[in-house]
Amino acid sequence: MLLITCPHCGARPEIEFRYGGEAHVARPADPATLDDAAWAEFLYMRSNPKGWHAERWRHEHGCGRFFNAIRHTVSDRIVVTYRAGEARPDLATIPGLDTP
Amino acid sequence: MKFSLLSLARQALRGHADWPAQWRSPDPKPAYDAIILGAGGHGLATAYYLAREHGMRNIAVVEKGWLGGGNTGRNTTIIRSNYLWEESEAIYEHAVKLWETLSQELNYNVMYSPRGVMMLAHTIHDVQVFKRHVHANRLAGIDNEWLTAEQAKEFCPPLNIAPGMRYPILGAALQRRGGTARHDAVAWGYARGADRLGVDIIQNCEVTGIRRGAAGAITGIETTRGFIATPKLGVVAAGHTSVVMAMAGVRMPLESYPLQALVSEPIKPAMPCVVMSNTIHAYISQSDKGELVIGAGTDVYTSYSQTGALHVTTHTLDAICELFPDFRRVRMLRNWGGDRRRHARPLAHHRQDPGSRPLRQLRLGHRRLQGDAGLGSCLRGDDRTRRPASDRRPLLPRPVPDRSADRRGRRGGRRALRPPCC
Ligand SMILES: Cc1cc2nc3c(=O)[nH]c(=O)nc-3n(C[C@H](O)[C@H](O)[C@H](O)COP(=O)(O)OP(=O)(O)OC[C@H]3O[C@@H](n4cnc5c(N)ncnc54)[C@H](O)[C@@H]3O)c2cc1C
Ligand SMILES: [Zn+2]
Repeated sequence: MLLITCPHCGARPEIEFRYGGEAHVARPADPATLDDAAWAEFLYMRSNPKGWHAERWRHEHGCGRFFNAIRHTVSDRIVVTYRAGEARPDLATIPGLDTP
Repeated sequence: MKFSLLSLARQALRGHADWPAQWRSPDPKPAYDAIILGAGGHGLATAYYLAREHGMRNIAVVEKGWLGGGNTGRNTTIIRSNYLWEESEAIYEHAVKLWETLSQELNYNVMYSPRGVMMLAHTIHDVQVFKRHVHANRLAGIDNEWLTAEQAKEFCPPLNIAPGMRYPILGAALQRRGGTARHDAVAWGYARGADRLGVDIIQNCEVTGIRRGAAGAITGIETTRGFIATPKLGVVAAGHTSVVMAMAGVRMPLESYPLQALVSEPIKPAMPCVVMSNTIHAYISQSDKGELVIGAGTDVYTSYSQTGALHVTTHTLDAICELFPDFRRVRMLRNWGGDRRRHARPLAHHRQDPGSRPLRQLRLGHRRLQGDAGLGSCLRGDDRTRRPASDRRPLLPRPVPDRSADRRGRRGGRRALRPPCC
């Protein structure tokens, strides 16, 4: 079970959270103008990396808020969590990121 | 060497010391007519049928680890074709028919055992969904029947059908031709068959790059054992499909989630069939060695860790203990995970995804263990041939966005509810 640090409440066990998929996939600003390919890109295409992954979590059984985390998809280690709406942190500035 | 009673007796007299290697371990040639990436059940079956049915002999399967060491060696070995979608019915039924004679075809005992797959209904909704599966399957000529709770218990005596259960059993759908097989043997049997037809199976050879020419066409692959030229590449890398396809610059509508399984200590035969419960996330059968083989749910987050969280397996064991109180004191021996690829776009299974259009010579495949044989015999040349020859129905619908928008898949007047384990 992962130990996840909610930026609002602190470290809590994974079962308090709900996973929200890849982060920073912005909903198109003008949906009516999108063609099928662009919709498919927004709805279905995901980077699914083997490595560091920015993803959304929701502290469902806590504050109820969405936030983002950066986790390594081989070790499942989370190096940083940050509030929704904040920019994805520059990976180069986070210590220890060279090791999964 | 052909396996037979005679060869077994002869080897027994020699203390089983003389069994020859079942396949070669060749060095990669500089070039092949086609290369299959991934030596799981899908990749090996694909190579076997390409060689046997399409006469392609100058082909190779490249594998980063050992053959059959991916999900093919990690699953719960269930084989069934009781799916709702016509396309799924067609491919899985084609596969089940291949399974029925696969041991003879390959001269390799894949231990296919049609002991029946029973899927439990715990809610009114389950009852409706499964009855619908039963009717749809029977219309398609696929066996599936509805059982009352009492009939389910008769078919599987250890099953608890007490009315006071947290998730009472209201009935079950039974596919008698469904069952299990030895997962490793499938990989080994196809590997041996393909090797004999001249296919090079190159293990410990990780693909690290896909080279494309000026016009975009594939020219070869970079591997840890050097560059290998090829004009055609088939990718059957399961959970690693996104990673491999990114090497060719293609984005995929996929995400990879861990899926867990566990086995118990071996016990005497107690479990006569396969029982699955999608609603409470558990499925169980007993291997010929006596272990209870239990499948759990997927973890919630994407991962390539090949492990999962303990609370996911605990949840499954809660369900098993309620369904089979007799098994409460059985100890679990091993627990592991596989990387299962899940389609963000539900209908895109093994058809050419729009993202891969520029790569006309690149094929993708994935159809679970039970589909290994079926897909392996269909993943080849061009779209028209990617189905059993007897089947004239469209193998897969075109990816129209409004249709793929929900996982339950609306299609014509027919609304399909896919059980979460598919
Ligand atoms: C716990 C669990 C239970 C399951 N239960 C069932 C079940 O009961 N019934 C059922 O039908 N299905 C089941 N499945 C699904 C089934 O196991 C898989 O769908 C099937 O085995 C996939 O076969 P494959 O050949 O496509 O993939 P794999 O067997 O995973 O083979 C892919 C291969 O590609 C190789 N590869 C990856 N990247 C590279 C690279 N860069 N270079 C070279 N090689 C590479 C990998 O090493 C691997 O060997 C289960 C899966 C899991 C994880
Ligand atoms: Zn919180």
